[in-house]
Amino acid sequence: MSEKDSFVKFEKVDKSYDGEILVVKDLNLDVPKGEFLTMLGPSGSGKTTVLMMLAGFETPTSGEIYLDGNPISSIPPNKRGIGMVFQNYALFPHMTVKENLSFPLEVRKMEKSEIEEKVSNALSMVELQDFGNRMPLQLSGGQQQRVALARSLVFEPRLVLMDEPLGALDKNLREQMQYEIKHIHEKIGITVVYVTHDQSEALTMSNRIAVFNDGKIQQISSPDVLYEKPNSSFVAQFIGENNQLKGKVKSINGENCIITTESGDDIQALKINVNNNGDGSLVSLRPERVAINSSENFENNFDAKVKELIYLGDHIRSRVEVCGNDQFIVKIPNSYKGANLKEGATVKLSWKASDSRALDLN
Amino acid sequence: MNQTVSGPILTSDGIPLKVSLKKAERINKIRAFLLVLPLLAFILITFLIPIGDMLARSIDDRQINTVFPKTFEVYKKWDRQDLPSEEVYKTMFFELKDSEGYSVGKASTRMNYSKSGWKSLLKKSKRKFKKIEEGPYKEKMIATDKRWGDPEYWKALGQMVDPTTMGYYLNAVDLKYDSNKNVVQQKENRRIYNKTWIKTFKVSILVTFFCLLLGYPISYLLATLPMKYSNLLMICVLLPFWTSLLVRTVAWMVMLQQKGVFNNLMVMAGLIADENRWQLMYNQTAVIIVMTQILLPFMVLPLYSVMKTISPTYMRAALNLGASPIHAFYKIYMPNSIPGVSAGCLLVFIIAIGYYITPELVGGKDGQMVGNWIAYHLKTTLNWGLCAALGAILLAVMTVLYWAYNKIVGIENIKLG
Ligand SMILES: Nc1ncnc2c1ncn2[C@@H]1O[C@H](COP(=O)(O)OP(=O)(O)OP(=O)(O)O)[C@@H](O)[C@H]1O
Ligand SMILES: [Mg+2]
Repeated sequence: MSEKDSFVKFEKVDKSYDGEILVVKDLNLDVPKGEFLTMLGPSGSGKTTVLMMLAGFETPTSGEIYLDGNPISSIPPNKRGIGMVFQNYALFPHMTVKENLSFPLEVRKMEKSEIEEKVSNALSMVELQDFGNRMPLQLSGGQQQRVALARSLVFEPRLVLMDEPLGALDKNLREQMQYEIKHIHEKIGITVVYVTHDQSEALTMSNRIAVFNDGKIQQISSPDVLYEKPNSSFVAQFIGENNQLKGKVKSINGENCIITTESGDDIQALKINVNNNGDGSLVSLRPERVAINSSENFENNFDAKVKELIYLGDHIRSRVEVCGNDQFIVKIPNSYKGANLKEGATVKLSWKASDSRALDLN
Repeated sequence: MNQTVSGPILTSDGIPLKVSLKKAERINKIRAFLLVLPLLAFILITFLIPIGDMLARSIDDRQINTVFPKTFEVYKKWDRQDLPSEEVYKTMFFELKDSEGYSVGKASTRMNYSKSGWKSLLKKSKRKFKKIEEGPYKEKMIATDKRWGDPEYWKALGQMVDPTTMGYYLNAVDLKYDSNKNVVQQKENRRIYNKTWIKTFKVSILVTFFCLLLGYPISYLLATLPMKYSNLLMICVLLPFWTSLLVRTVAWMVMLQQKGVFNNLMVMAGLIADENRWQLMYNQTAVIIVMTQILLPFMVLPLYSVMKTISPTYMRAALNLGASPIHAFYKIYMPNSIPGVSAGCLLVFIIAIGYYITPELVGGKDGQMVGNWIAYHLKTTLNWGLCAALGAILLAVMTVLYWAYNKIVGIENIKLG
């Protein structure tokens, strides 16, 4: 990514609230124009803090943030022209929906007719044309959310920040809103920095995902790469379902390595995050990449004991014991083959070396 | 089939559903009533009955009628020209002569409100009448005291014929009945109440205003500061509640006297000359300063509790949308704090308007409010009718205020905690 491309740029940003703990550590981040970037991470990992620094409500303890090439630390929040959707919407309760939407435009001293036009456009964008004269409290959660979205976009900011905007909605509404936000993003080509707890939300909406933990970005990449090629055991665990086999590095051979588990089994894996023989490692493996009683030729083949079967309709989730791990999950398609499994039976599991990733032992 | 559908729905034991529902609800209602009964009785005895009594007293004028019932009977026949007939004199004579001294005392106090002189006249006459054995009473009475021959005295009694009177209310706003029962202004030198009313409103409004001026920023700070600081600050705000009102007032006296702390500091700092120290005590200024301090918590608490509910993200959102901090405060924060402002102002104003102890102690002559006149008449002149009228007017003012508040802001918007 060239220097010109980065629209938002964090450069060596540290943040501490109390002078003792750094809640954001040495953050370097580039967001190109028009990207939908999601920050994903456990509670307290510093996501909101990053947004607040960008919006101007917190100042970085050190480092600098650039917007379109210009440092913004000295610009007050009201001059930054960044839209924001707050977690609890923050709609002004004493103003109608229309007044809420006109507020940023009136502040910018626009003509009355222009304001009216923009407000009605924004309302129709979120399909709330008939709700302009309601008070926010007379709207449902999803409607409030859409008003908040419209308000953050109505003054045509170059950048919109969204802090868990869908956190308070139920599952159906959340999915619908995810689609709508994504749709609007594509339509007007705005840059979005989005914060969420919810990994499936992150996976479906984003161009790129930055996984936060402990004030640091653990990995930043597109959803598919993040899911299929996690480069630390934290990311592997945090995104999607994941089997982990604990062991030590026996040998390293270029791209590949062999990990010996405590039960004495040798696993062929990709060398991702291990460096020396004898290092501890977690081998990470997605359940859907494990074949059961397969006749194909994979590098890793082990006998496993079926501990538990959970019927889920389209597939059967089975917990098996393999390589000393009795929490190993395999997803078996509900085909003729899988339906015959019995608890207590011994089966053959196999998977490719390229699907098992030797990661750090965190 | 049809019958069961159209007829009343029955419960399983055959009683119509509505009947058994009512029965169940009645038990609930009785229980609710029993739960509030003690409080209801308490309020009735300590609040409603005294207020009723006060309102009754403010118009009650039966006293004279009970002491001189026959006199008033014959009095009614008099044409209110010249002097009354011999019959009136005669009945008055006997009723006065035979009455108890105590009740004459009370009646004469009331008669004195209508025309001063009645009290001494009755007192003197009762003594002298003992020597008079037979008529004609008119001449003999006039002989004992010239005032019996003055029609003004007799006319003044006319105000008391009715068992009720508006006299006390008129008195409370510097009006009175003349001897023909026309409403006229009090004499120039006796007009004190209107001035007091105006002063009371002025002081209450100013105190409310200053409380708001001082209380708003403090409440804002309290509501926005992190918990550990705001708790400390809250204790400071509530500290005055921990000390007795008297102690605080006396402390203010020490502070504000001419030779007091404040003036000393000002002189020491060279801001004022020693010979023209500020007169801060025993006047309206003192009343306003001290009452503001005493009533401040009543402003801060409702303000704080409302401001606490205003999410800080509103301000952030407003800034984010491009409003300057001042504009955001004015357009977003202030409107949301209005319920607290109005609740605080109403509370402070209502307490201030009937305040008594502070003006009494630090007000001097110039700082007396309506409450002080009520106390004065209650304890010194024993004119309870006037007390009741003044109190009833206060009550009416508060009710009107409350009503206006309800109309404008809506009482359901009030938030006290
Ligand atoms: N105003 C503040 N003062 C002091 N510490 C704070 C403040 N705001 C956040 N923190 C601390 O900074 C850390 C990161 O907080 P932040 O709100 O950025 O987390 P987050 O990733 O947004 O979490 P969540 O997903 O729960 O919203 C937390 O440990 C939090 O306790
Ligand atoms: Mg957060």
